[in-house]
Amino acid sequence: MSMLEGQIRIPSGCAISAVISREGRRMTGEKIIESMRPMHERSNGLGGGFAGYGIYPEYKDLFALHIFYDGEPCRAACEAYLRDHLEIVKGEIIPTRKIPSITDEPLIWRYFVTPLRSVLASRQLDENEFLARIVMHINTHLQGTYVFSSGKNMGVFKAVGFPEDVGEFYRLEEYEAYCWTAHGRYPTNTPGWWGGAHPFALLDRTIVHNGEISSYDANRRYIEMFGYKCTLQTDTEVITYIADFLQRKQGLSLTELASVIAAPFWSTIKRKPTEEERLKLSFLRKVYPSLLITGPFSIILGFEGGLMALNDRLKLRSMVVGEKDDLTFIASEEAAIRAMEPEAGNIWSPAGGEPVIVTVKEGCY
Amino acid sequence: MPGINYFYPEFEVVRNDARCIRCQVCARQCANEVHSYDPERDLMLSDESKCVNCQRCVSLCPTRALKIVKSDCRLRENANWEGDTIREVYKQALSGGVLLSSMGNPKNYPVYWDKILINASQVTNPSIDPLREPMETRVFLGKKPEKLERDENGNLKCELTPQLELSMPVMFSAMSYGSISYNAHESLARASKELGIYYNTGEGGLHEDFYVYGPNTIVQVASGRFGVHRDYMEAGAAVEIKMGQGAKPGIGGHLPGTKVGPDVSRTRMIPEGSDAISPAPHHDIYSIEDLRQLVYSIKEATGHKKPVIVKVAAVHNIAAIASGIARSGADIIAIDGFRGGTGAAPTRIRDSVGIPIELALAAVDQRLRDEGIRGNVSLVVGGSIRSSADVVKAIALGADACYIATAALLALGCHLCRTCQTGNCNWGIATQKPELVKRLNPDLGYKRLVNLMTAWNHEIKELMGGMGINSIEALRGNRLMLRGVGLTDAELRILGISHAGE
Amino acid sequence: MKRVYVNEKWCLGCHLCEYNCAFANSGETDMAKALRGKVIHPRLHIEGQGEIHYAVSCRHCTDPLCVKSCISGALSIQDGTVKIDHDKCVGCLTCVLVCPYGAVAPGPDGAATKCELCLENACGAPACAAGCPNNAIVYEEREEASA
Repeated sequence: MSMLEGQIRIPSGCAISAVISREGRRMTGEKIIESMRPMHERSNGLGGGFAGYGIYPEYKDLFALHIFYDGEPCRAACEAYLRDHLEIVKGEIIPTRKIPSITDEPLIWRYFVTPLRSVLASRQLDENEFLARIVMHINTHLQGTYVFSSGKNMGVFKAVGFPEDVGEFYRLEEYEAYCWTAHGRYPTNTPGWWGGAHPFALLDRTIVHNGEISSYDANRRYIEMFGYKCTLQTDTEVITYIADFLQRKQGLSLTELASVIAAPFWSTIKRKPTEEERLKLSFLRKVYPSLLITGPFSIILGFEGGLMALNDRLKLRSMVVGEKDDLTFIASEEAAIRAMEPEAGNIWSPAGGEPVIVTVKEGCY
Repeated sequence: MPGINYFYPEFEVVRNDARCIRCQVCARQCANEVHSYDPERDLMLSDESKCVNCQRCVSLCPTRALKIVKSDCRLRENANWEGDTIREVYKQALSGGVLLSSMGNPKNYPVYWDKILINASQVTNPSIDPLREPMETRVFLGKKPEKLERDENGNLKCELTPQLELSMPVMFSAMSYGSISYNAHESLARASKELGIYYNTGEGGLHEDFYVYGPNTIVQVASGRFGVHRDYMEAGAAVEIKMGQGAKPGIGGHLPGTKVGPDVSRTRMIPEGSDAISPAPHHDIYSIEDLRQLVYSIKEATGHKKPVIVKVAAVHNIAAIASGIARSGADIIAIDGFRGGTGAAPTRIRDSVGIPIELALAAVDQRLRDEGIRGNVSLVVGGSIRSSADVVKAIALGADACYIATAALLALGCHLCRTCQTGNCNWGIATQKPELVKRLNPDLGYKRLVNLMTAWNHEIKELMGGMGINSIEALRGNRLMLRGVGLTDAELRILGISHAGE
Repeated sequence: MKRVYVNEKWCLGCHLCEYNCAFANSGETDMAKALRGKVIHPRLHIEGQGEIHYAVSCRHCTDPLCVKSCISGALSIQDGTVKIDHDKCVGCLTCVLVCPYGAVAPGPDGAATKCELCLENACGAPACAAGCPNNAIVYEEREEASA
């Protein structure tokens, strides 16, 4: 029997794409699905997925958990666990469309939940940390159960299949988001199950990623010191945890995060014009050496109210940015941007290690 | 003692008379007086019983007329009672003393480095050519903060506790002045300065001439506290507390009085000609909390400006010991494996006490991570790091840097004859006799050290590039880059690596 | 001009330089064949006593007494190197007498011999320096003017 993702490490190539409205205008999922079509060759039908931000305005103060179950017994066990720790405001099957290209689907549920105040107080945790631990627990300890989305007013939709088909399967035309990210996967062998598709998410942070990082185990063994458990053995998973750790736990800004994971070369730091900059960059490198990510990657980190795109410092993967009005587009190929917006302008290719940060106007999301 | 000498000499001197030109360089260069010239017969003579196989004569013979070979005069073969074992019994029956030896454990224990293989990129991830792309081997050793602080404007406070900056993840390990010569120390100091790394004084203090190399010097404080004084502590870039040594865990050191000449005496602050005996434990450290006090005393004494290293021998309970040290305020833990070298150690201890550095390192790194305190300390490992590949494997297992000493001495000419304790080192390294010390010209010695390290650094970069890694920090603890061959499940589990093919 | 310099501090008294010199000027390609069973006439000598040793070798003086005192015109300066023409030498050994350093010596056939920096033999550069194990003899360019 072939091993599942998580039991082995599976390298993969990929296509990524994103669109965001700086005004917070909400768009249906059709545009982002279109962007994946011209990049069909970059996937091999073994994984595709999307993340949408602003899709659950009616439940925006509740955490939305998207969960894969292998069967009903798994669901019963998980729901019992959830009820012990969370108030489940609503639980439902995620609506899907039967299409021939997507098969063998697990049970796919979503829950809108809020932590039980009493439990929160007794654990002395803030709700984000509490939720993160719940997710970690389920994904490591509950067999046949996998939480693949856990943020507020956002959601991840992913499956084994080509991304265009995955979008159709999840009926993304029925969701409206101010920011969409997408991923098409080209794993080198069969991931076996749906959890291995991307985006990978923890709380409101999602990562779509193209590349295979050579620093993986150095990063994993470091981040696992802080309560994270890399169950999937994928780059995307570890990058998500790194982003969560550096931003949520260590309080780093996005630019600081970029200077840790795609740290400038020492020789580049030496050439920075101000002493302040040199000091800060070398400080971050010295403090977080084990979170430097090497090897090729282009990632799009989505979060509530914005996204950040980043290439490895040698720029070993393609990534292009374009703009039109209040929209910013990011994709592995310019063709994907053109598919979303033929009139897109200001097309450029960010340098390796140089983060592209796009945020939605305050109050508009 | 009267009676029969039970030994036939261990080595034979083979002289090709057709090549020998009677230049007598062998006779002049052998401090053990193996060779001599008989003018009457115009013959070179040899007394093999004195030969230690240091190969000095072999290396200097201009016509390559000389060879030293293992004597084939053998006792009857016995798989249980091997020749060396029997020889040692004879020696003790003759002397009544503890057997002494030098350099690292030569016994046939597994060398795990040689059973670990390194990964390389193919297809899914590009390898990187270090000749075309930047490839970083710079390392900072020291404590990393658990939380960052910001000032009132939200700017990061970029202050770190003291760190050591290394241009590559290798340092010269502790070898005291006394156990090795002035010229050996000068070579190490000058090479460290040129390379941007550090050498370690060992427990014998710092010769006044070498204070200028202070910024590249780690000063050691061992149980004998030889040569420890205020200026000494302030001269170094870091202070190392030596709790133990891989070659002789659990015991102290012994420098015979014959090696304590005027310079060594002044540097060690002990009377000339007196034996320098460092006690087995530090007599102010009988427990982990005592270590903490010494660590902080040293930090106070040096104004919290220098990282403090605690060096221990790799012993059975090393993971728990290292965890204790990581909580004792030490900035760096140095672990010395049982194959580490020494200028003199009781043979039985050298050959049967301690554990391999590979297993110790893997266990310690994992334990510190399990406890979430790996960032509290940097890990430096030594005890037979023989090549750049060993360095890469050590880093991937979890080390921040490596200590090398035997390899450095080899670069200076050491031929591993393992008789340092006699003080008759023909290569001018492990001796204090002026006529022998001068055989090591530091102008040449330091250059050979620089060459060796430069070569290793090139190789480290090539290996890293092959793995698609362009900065050494992304290699540290990256055990996925390693696979074992021919290892048992227990060994693989402890090393935290998969078997090749998995 | 590059000259042979001697670092007494590093001289081990191993005498290898003498044998290397003799071999270099033997015209032979095998050292054993060149030197085995023969009395050597090296063009430099190790002097010393106890633990002090040093090589004595021609300094190629800019105003050499040997050249001045040569009665047959065998000694001359060519491109800064003091050379001896073996065929012209009559073996009077005045040069041996006047050299303040003891760097000229009688050769096996009575004519004087001296260091010519191996420029004429197969080595092309001083064999003594090349073969010195401890950098006690070096062949290099130095700022200071020699005597």
